[in-house]
Amino acid sequence: MKELSYYPGCSLEGTAREYDESIRGVCEILEINLHELEDWTCCGASSAHCTDEQLAIELATRNLTIAEKGGRELLVPCVACYSRFKVAEKEVQEHPGRQETPYQGKVRIRYALDFFCDDSILNLVKDKVVRSLSGLKVACYYGCLSVRPPDITGVRSYEDPQHMDRLMGILGAEPLPWSYKTDCCGASLMMTRTDIVRNLSNHLLEMAEEAEADCLVTACTICQANLDTRQEEINKEFGHKYDLPIFYFTELMGLAMGHRDVKKWFGRHLTDPVRLLSSKGLIK
Amino acid sequence: MKPEMGAKGMEMKGRGSVIDSSFSDLVAKESGESILACYQCQKCSAGCPVAYAMDILPNQVIRMVQFGLRERVLSSHTIWICASCYTCSVRCPNDIDIAKVMDTLRHIALGSGIKPAEKDISIFHSVFLDSVKSKGRIHELGLIWQYKVKTRDFMKDVFLGWRMFRKGKIKLFPSKFGGGREIKDIFGRYKKGG
Repeated sequence: MKELSYYPGCSLEGTAREYDESIRGVCEILEINLHELEDWTCCGASSAHCTDEQLAIELATRNLTIAEKGGRELLVPCVACYSRFKVAEKEVQEHPGRQETPYQGKVRIRYALDFFCDDSILNLVKDKVVRSLSGLKVACYYGCLSVRPPDITGVRSYEDPQHMDRLMGILGAEPLPWSYKTDCCGASLMMTRTDIVRNLSNHLLEMAEEAEADCLVTACTICQANLDTRQEEINKEFGHKYDLPIFYFTELMGLAMGHRDVKKWFGRHLTDPVRLLSSKGLIK
Repeated sequence: MKPEMGAKGMEMKGRGSVIDSSFSDLVAKESGESILACYQCQKCSAGCPVAYAMDILPNQVIRMVQFGLRERVLSSHTIWICASCYTCSVRCPNDIDIAKVMDTLRHIALGSGIKPAEKDISIFHSVFLDSVKSKGRIHELGLIWQYKVKTRDFMKDVFLGWRMFRKGKIKLFPSKFGGGREIKDIFGRYKKGG
């Protein structure tokens, strides 16, 4: 049994609940034991780094210090948290002593997408697939921070990443080539400049539809929220009829590996995925 | 080679713009980026997904920093509109992390007394940090409420919020306080906004 520390992050307690639930579900099937960090706090997200660099580093390293005591790898599902942790790690490693933190920079920080796309996990997944997602055409949407900047993420093919595509292929789905894989959805402007978010998200949905995708797959809570919850508004504003479910990659893993709770996860989406999956014979 | 500057730099007035000759040094120092390396290839602006909503383009921001147009840059919409997607940073042929420079400009703007051109975005960040300071974690519903109180825009996204609530995506009550004393200390050390 693999043991991991787990930092859910704030949005996984609310708007991204199905991401948290599906990660825990998938880990259960893959026999990975998650130890949620005790008394974790917010990573600081975009607001801290837009305001003060030192504050951003300290809010992040507080959590990393807790993980360091646990001595395990740290699984981080939210890309914003992941990015803040990696930036803090870099700062601590490159400038030890500059920040007021006991963190030594020794925790291996794993972004959930990277972790589950690692060869060792993909091999486990292969053996656990009980329902191939054949016939499901997916546009893998990586977004910004899961690949950029590469000196933080370590992703080499940051302009045309392939790891999620490989995972989807293993699940039996058909990952499509499309050109908006790493374009921005408007991200943290979601509450403040929703006009920009709708515009950028509209481009993404348009391109996914042009590629003839049935749905988009994401690994980011903000991308999922922007594309899923604002799809109806986008249709109204731009005169489209998009009906593209936005999945977390772990939800599709759970579906292919036969997790009992998939319907509960899908029930939390605003753009209903059940209709699509039923029409493909992937869900009863 | 960088030109020699006085301790405070020179201030010149011409054509309505104040030139602060120490500004590019300050931005370079705070961000750790080589501002003077920019030769205006404009790749950053060409790839920027939010360029259409900006008042000055990313390459122009860098040029204006080089020229010391401090007030023009710090009062721009651009520094707040930037979504920190890092497309510019990875494509810059001179390795300038432009997204990081935007962060630095926001930090300087917040301490400058210049009114942020995108008021709501700066309110959002301040409400967000208040929420972290008092609760340790972000309670989304509480954050949204505080933001609405500050922006006086109570109707925005109300229907969407209701739909999300019905899907079980809205958590009504915050988690138990995390971090306690440590979070207070961290904010205590952050003097400017603390």
